[in-house]
Amino acid sequence: MRRRILAAAGLVAAAMLALPPRPAAAQAPAATPVEIQFWHGLPQPLGGQLEQIVAGFNASQARYKVVPSFRGTYPETMVAAIAAFRANSAPHIVQMFEVGTGTMMSAGRAVKPLHELLAEAGVTIDFNDYLPAVRGYYQAADGRQMSMPFNSSTAVMFWNKDHFKRAGLDPAVAPKTWDEVAEAARKLKAAGIACPLTSSWPGWIQVEQVSALHNIPLATLGNGFDGLGATLQVNNPLLVRHMNNLIEWQKAGLFRYGGRDSTADALFPAGECSMALVSSGARSRITREARFEWGTAMLPYYRDVAGAPRNSIIGGASFWALNRGTQGARAVEEWKGVAEFYRYISQPEIDAKWHMETGYVPVRRASYEVARAAGFYDRNPGSDVPIEQLLRGGETTANTRGIRLGGYVEIRNIIQEEMEKAFQGQQNGKQAMDAIVQRGNAVLRNFERANRG
Amino acid sequence: MKKTLFKGTALPWLLLAPQLAVTCIFFLWPAGAAIWQSVLQEDPWGTRSEFVGLRNFAEVLVEPEWRGAALNTLVFSTSVAVLAMGSALFLAVQADKAIRGGNAYKTLLIWPYAVAPAVAAVLWLFLFHPSIGLIGQALNQAGIAWDYKLNGGQAMTLVIIAAAWKQVSYNFIFFLAGLQSIPKSVLEAAAIDGARPVRRFWTIIFPLLSPTSFFLLVVNLVYAFFDTFGVIHALTGGGPGKATETLIYKVYVEGVQNVNLGSSAAQSVILMVIVIALTAVQFRFIERKVHY
Repeated sequence: MRRRILAAAGLVAAAMLALPPRPAAAQAPAATPVEIQFWHGLPQPLGGQLEQIVAGFNASQARYKVVPSFRGTYPETMVAAIAAFRANSAPHIVQMFEVGTGTMMSAGRAVKPLHELLAEAGVTIDFNDYLPAVRGYYQAADGRQMSMPFNSSTAVMFWNKDHFKRAGLDPAVAPKTWDEVAEAARKLKAAGIACPLTSSWPGWIQVEQVSALHNIPLATLGNGFDGLGATLQVNNPLLVRHMNNLIEWQKAGLFRYGGRDSTADALFPAGECSMALVSSGARSRITREARFEWGTAMLPYYRDVAGAPRNSIIGGASFWALNRGTQGARAVEEWKGVAEFYRYISQPEIDAKWHMETGYVPVRRASYEVARAAGFYDRNPGSDVPIEQLLRGGETTANTRGIRLGGYVEIRNIIQEEMEKAFQGQQNGKQAMDAIVQRGNAVLRNFERANRG
Repeated sequence: MKKTLFKGTALPWLLLAPQLAVTCIFFLWPAGAAIWQSVLQEDPWGTRSEFVGLRNFAEVLVEPEWRGAALNTLVFSTSVAVLAMGSALFLAVQADKAIRGGNAYKTLLIWPYAVAPAVAAVLWLFLFHPSIGLIGQALNQAGIAWDYKLNGGQAMTLVIIAAAWKQVSYNFIFFLAGLQSIPKSVLEAAAIDGARPVRRFWTIIFPLLSPTSFFLLVVNLVYAFFDTFGVIHALTGGGPGKATETLIYKVYVEGVQNVNLGSSAAQSVILMVIVIALTAVQFRFIERKVHY
């Protein structure tokens, strides 16, 4: 009898040890799942597709419930998250565009680094399988993962095969180098095409991608990966030469400046421009709207630069885990929920589905294989071009892994402004690049001052 | 004049309380917070904060970009006020004449006021966009290189027209009311004396409209300073370069896009001082010359 009581007491004690005290919410997982607030910046239809992934995660288990919420454009989402953090009510996860990475890296205790989050939750994700250009963008200088890569794209060139035929060019072959691009543009113009060449995202494509492709630094200290003291170096001979080329081509009617950010996207599917350097994510729109034959090619480069072309860099966004606010910590269970969500989205099947539905690149090699096995690239020729371009040259270098500069949202705007002044004829390429360096460095010093210590 | 005196102070305070509360919560508190923020240097997340005195102000004032924005604001506000008031006055004088369907005409003129700034901007965008806009395409076909995305002067012209267009209706109502309150007998007397319509306008109507004009000048300048954000944001985003970036737009760019709170707060404090000064000057000096 006594022995049975002792045994029962032992069982109870063991059960209590096995169940460490948890927040009330976690005690009855089926009844009240832990809510994970997730703010994203993807408008429709992408936002709906993202929310389907979230719904898939919620349906896959009952312990956690991720609550997605659209917060406007990327910059608006970023500002909303910052404001919420200051008001002690930040979301668990915020989707942050790649330009904001430098700012997030310096956010100190506002951010829960990904490697820490995963280690504490006991979740492992094989980042070695991720594309180097993707994972590297969101790593600290020592290689530890700081945020969860998600929707990634890169820039490619789309060309209008009908225009090429009209100008007597081979419609099956896209120009590979800038010389060939200029040559083709001249012929297209001679054939009466008003806009042979255009580009979206002037800063990202005409400055950042050009630097990465030719393996030249955009800023010191490894493009800012190694510290806040970095200074811009875009007034180098290559970028000055490229800018002068663009200005000259614009004057000659070969290149059309189509506006800031993605506004030039519309010029290609409308059949106005023959060659468009835009985000690979523009593919779905072009598929839907273009009423002509077109192809996808890698970004052009300068043949005479040694070592070119390397991999291009990514655009898009990653997921950051945030603390609740300046005074607020989070329960272990909440971080676990975030980690489990990350594990779910890291599955190659999920990633491949996202890639095939949206036009973003797969972030893992395994997902690339899944999509290939599904025959996606046979059905959609050219949709593997951005991935191959990201993988070109193997491992990334200090100049091709990405940009890690604080206040980079502002610097990108400065780049666009100075380019616009150059295209207006107010300054030449050298002056534009010098102005970017001077104004951009002021932003960097200001950021360094506000974030030291 | 007979004054009513309250006994005690409780009732007056009670009656004043709602207005005072509104003023404190919606004006004094945010203004105070802006002033406090303007002497701090903070990282975006508010985890590190440092008192820096007037350094934010000093840095803003030497910035060439800020001076550029100040110049843009001057050009923009003056042009918007002149254009909006001038065309409204012209339309009001025409509408005041005995014309057939005058009421329909007046009603239609008031409509633009009900259009939200961003929507107004999109309407103008569809007219003037170089490749999809009706007028934009026509201009390019006529041989005028119209591209407000690259030409700063054209961009400024466009935002001025769009911003002024929205304000014309408001000015029109006030001018029309002002015109209708001018005694007909005075005008008839002048007409009998042989004054022609143009002379009657400049010697009688215009001076008698001056209280209205003065009021509208203040309202229009404040409008151009503060309420045109939506128009600029949707049409040009401050570009090309910084050609259409006004002071209020720069506050937004600095604070919301760049999350540079100290500098943004310093700029809004400067803006606040400018507007207070402007209004004070207007009431002190210009008002004296106005005939009521």
